[in-house]
Amino acid sequence: MSAKEAVVKDRRNPMKVARGLGSSQSGVGHWWTQRVTAAALVLLGIWFVLTVLCLLHADYATARATVAKPWNALLLIAFVLTMFWHAVLGLQVVIEDYVHVRWKEVVLMVAIKFIAVLGALAGVLAVLRIALTP
Amino acid sequence: MADTQRPTSPHLQIYKRQVQMMTSITHRATGIALAVGSLLVVCGLLQLAAGEDSFNHFKSIIGSPLGVILLLGWSWSLFYHLCNGIRHLIQDAGFGYEIPQFVRSSWLSVVGSIVLTVLVWTYVLTAGGAA
Repeated sequence: MSAKEAVVKDRRNPMKVARGLGSSQSGVGHWWTQRVTAAALVLLGIWFVLTVLCLLHADYATARATVAKPWNALLLIAFVLTMFWHAVLGLQVVIEDYVHVRWKEVVLMVAIKFIAVLGALAGVLAVLRIALTP
Repeated sequence: MADTQRPTSPHLQIYKRQVQMMTSITHRATGIALAVGSLLVVCGLLQLAAGEDSFNHFKSIIGSPLGVILLLGWSWSLFYHLCNGIRHLIQDAGFGYEIPQFVRSSWLSVVGSIVLTVLVWTYVLTAGGAA
């Protein structure tokens, strides 16, 4: 239903309909979190690329031992969580900007969140399995 | 009214192509590519946790021609998003808004990402093949 039809149907003053439809007060939080995760990913991303390059010709045992080192496991978990968090914030903006059919927008928005949470949990569990099993 | 039929901004058809416009669009495109690539990172970790056979299978897939092409694309996407992301963080801090600076930093992101990609892949190739 369009806003115009709603007004006619409701017999309400347009101001009554418009009031409360403004900012949901979460925009600044989104913007700021996107920047903070970006700053973290600058460091974690460079660390991740260097770590992967160091493991270029490593055999399985070496790769596993490297991931199992406490600092590496910690930074990997931080990288995985920050990566998915930043990805959801960014994809959310892209979906809001380009998907104008409301149900598609909502479905996509929920889908990326489900996938990101599953991806983050799977990544963390994998690192923990490697780090905690001898 | 929200449902008035008229073109929505930005009117791409009347814009001259400019580097800062391409860097902005590419930032989003590489961001989407990297979001997909993040699943590959998790996939690699899961295979590493699953055991030697799984991990070797994963390595053979990302070492295949298609895998290397994808890795090449993802590595450039990562470096582009990194360089341009740093540029955006600097701009968010309030610097670099003069038009010549804006254009120069746009090109810096593009060139920087290509240089980093070439450096990494030169290292990979001289160290003896991918994955």
